[in-house]
Amino acid sequence: MTENLFELKKVSKSFVKAKETISIFEGLDMTIKAGDFIAIMGPSGSGKTTLLNLLGGVDQPTSGEIHFDGKRIDNLSENGLAAWRAANVGFIFQFYNLMPMLSAAKNVELPLLLTGLGRSRRKASVEAALKLVGLDDRAGHLPKEMSGGQQQRVAIARAIVSDPKLMLCDEPTGDLDRATADEILKMLQLLNREFGKTIVMVTHDPEAAKYAKKTLHLDKGEFVKEELMA
Amino acid sequence: MGSLISQINAVVAMNVKSLPQRAWMSAATVFAVAIVVAVLLAFLAMANGFQATVAGTGARDVAIAMRQGAQAEVNSVLMKEQVDLLSAGPGIAKNETGPIVSAELYVIVDGIKKASDTKANLPLRGLSEAGMKMRGDLKIIEGRMFQPGTNELIVGVGALKEFEGFELGRELTFARSRWTVVGVFSMDGKVAESELWADIGSVQSLFQRGNSFQTVRLKLDDPAALEQLKAYNEADPRLKLDIKSEADYFADQASGMSDLIMYLGWPLGIAMAFGALAGALNTMYTSVASRAREIATLRAIGFGGTAAFVGTLAESMVLALLGGLIGAIAAFLFFDGITASTLGGSFTQVVFSFKLSPALIWQAAVLALIIGFIGGVFPAWRAARLPVVVAFRAA
Repeated sequence: MTENLFELKKVSKSFVKAKETISIFEGLDMTIKAGDFIAIMGPSGSGKTTLLNLLGGVDQPTSGEIHFDGKRIDNLSENGLAAWRAANVGFIFQFYNLMPMLSAAKNVELPLLLTGLGRSRRKASVEAALKLVGLDDRAGHLPKEMSGGQQQRVAIARAIVSDPKLMLCDEPTGDLDRATADEILKMLQLLNREFGKTIVMVTHDPEAAKYAKKTLHLDKGEFVKEELMA
Repeated sequence: MGSLISQINAVVAMNVKSLPQRAWMSAATVFAVAIVVAVLLAFLAMANGFQATVAGTGARDVAIAMRQGAQAEVNSVLMKEQVDLLSAGPGIAKNETGPIVSAELYVIVDGIKKASDTKANLPLRGLSEAGMKMRGDLKIIEGRMFQPGTNELIVGVGALKEFEGFELGRELTFARSRWTVVGVFSMDGKVAESELWADIGSVQSLFQRGNSFQTVRLKLDDPAALEQLKAYNEADPRLKLDIKSEADYFADQASGMSDLIMYLGWPLGIAMAFGALAGALNTMYTSVASRAREIATLRAIGFGGTAAFVGTLAESMVLALLGGLIGAIAAFLFFDGITASTLGGSFTQVVFSFKLSPALIWQAAVLALIIGFIGGVFPAWRAARLPVVVAFRAA
C-alpha cells in the first residue's frame, strides 16, 4: 500500500445547468493518507458532496486525475467503477439508505453478494459486523422496527462488512440527536483507530468534526483552512 | 457471473418483496392484465369449443355426398335414383343387407332459445336405421328410439339444453303435424347433439319431400376407398355429386365460424393489451421513481446496472404473470364448459361448449408476458441508467 491512499491531481468539475456552466472545482489538488479520518466542512454549495462523490467514484471529474492506492480510477468505465466501489468503499448516508423490505442482516449482507463468498461465510461476516456495531440481537429486524441510531449502526455494519479500505460518510449524524450522534461518531473513531479504516466524512456539525483527526474547510471549491485535532 | 446472478436474485427478491408498498398501483396492473387474458381466453375457448364440436364430428371412413356446389346439407337435394346409383359404387362397406348407406333429409324447424327467448333455426334430420348404425357413438340417454313410420322424434342433448319445449313426452307442431319427443340422445359432444331426429319416411311424407333426400352417407371399406368412389362419381354423368369425407365436410363447416371468432378475439385481445400495457408502464415508471434512492444505493454499494435492469423487468413480468394467472382462473371458472349456440354452416343452430385447453392458456400467458416485458423494459432501462448520486439526495 502506498502512503497516500488518495491523490487528486488538478481535478476540475463543472456542470451545465440551464445552458450555463457552473464550475465546482478548478484544478483541485488533494491527498488523503491511509488511516486518515478527515472531516470536510463548508457552507452549502461549497462542493463537499461533489468531492465525496468524486472520491467514491459515483461521479467523474471534468478534467484531472484521481488515483486510489496508486491506481488511476477516474478513467474507469461505469462497471469498472462499480467493481472498484464494491471492493474498496463503504458508504454511510445521512438517511441510512437501508432497504426497507430487508432485515438488518440482509441489508448488511448486500455488499457480500458482490464478492462471490459462499452463504455460510457471508453469514459469519454479517454476524461479526452486526456484533461490532452492537446489533447482533436485532439481525432479524426490519429497518422500520429500529430507531434512527440503530439504523445508522446497521448502515455502518453494511459499510464495513466487506472490509473496504475507505469509508465515505455523508452527514452521518445529520438525522440524529446529539447523544446518538456521539455514539455513531465514536464508532467511526473506533473503526479508524482500531481497524485502520480511512474515513472521509462530510458534515455541517463542528461537534462531529471533532472526532476526526483533521478537518478541511471547503469554500467555493477550494480548501481554505485545515485544522488538526488533538 | 456468480456475483451477477447473486445481484440479480437479491434485486428481484427486493423488488418483489416491496410490491406491497405499491399495492394499489400493482393491483391495477394485475387487474388490467387479468381482464385482457380472461377476455382473450373467452374468445379462444369459444372458437376452440366450436371447432371441437363441429370439426370433431366427422369420420374419415364415412363419405358424404351432396348436390354439386352445395356448401351445406341444407342446400343440397338428391333423387332416389342418384342414391341407388351411388350405393352401387366401389369401396362401400357392406353388411348382410347390402351396402351400408344412409340417405338423409335435413329440414329446418323453429325452436325458442332459452337464453334469449327468441326464435332460431333447428335442424330436424330424417334418417333410417342404417344412418343410426353408422353413428357408433349414439346413445339414448333418456326415453327410447323413435319407431319407424311414426311422428316420433328424439332430441339431441344440446338442443334440449338450449331450446324450450323439447323435454321428454312433449308434443310439438312442425309442418302442420304433431310430433312427440320420445327420447334424448347424446353423441359424445358432437354437432349432432344440436339436432332433432326422426324417421326418414315420416319426414319425407310430412314435409312433402316426395322421394328426395338431401345427403347420402356411405360407410367406406377404409378411408382410402374415398378416391375410388370419387372416380366412380366423376365417371357417371347421372351423378356428378360433391363427395368428401365426413371429417372434411365438418372441418369446412367449422373453419369459417371459428376463424370469425378467432379474428374477432385476437384483435380485441390485442387492443385491450395496449390498455394494460399503458397501465404496466405507468406502474413500473412509478415503481422506479419511488425506489430511485434504493436503486442508487445499490449502485453505490457496487451493484451493476444489469441487476437493476433485470430486477425491474422481473417485477413487471411477475405482475403480468400474476394477472395472467388470475385471468386464466377467471376464464376457467366463468367460461370453461358453458354452453352456447350459434348459427352453423347449414343456417341452423349449433350448440357447443366453451373449451379451454393448456395450449390456449399458454397463448394467453405469452400475451401476458409480452405485456409484462414491454411494460417493464423501458422503466428497467431507466432504472439501470439512474445516476448513483441520487443515493446522496434527501428523501
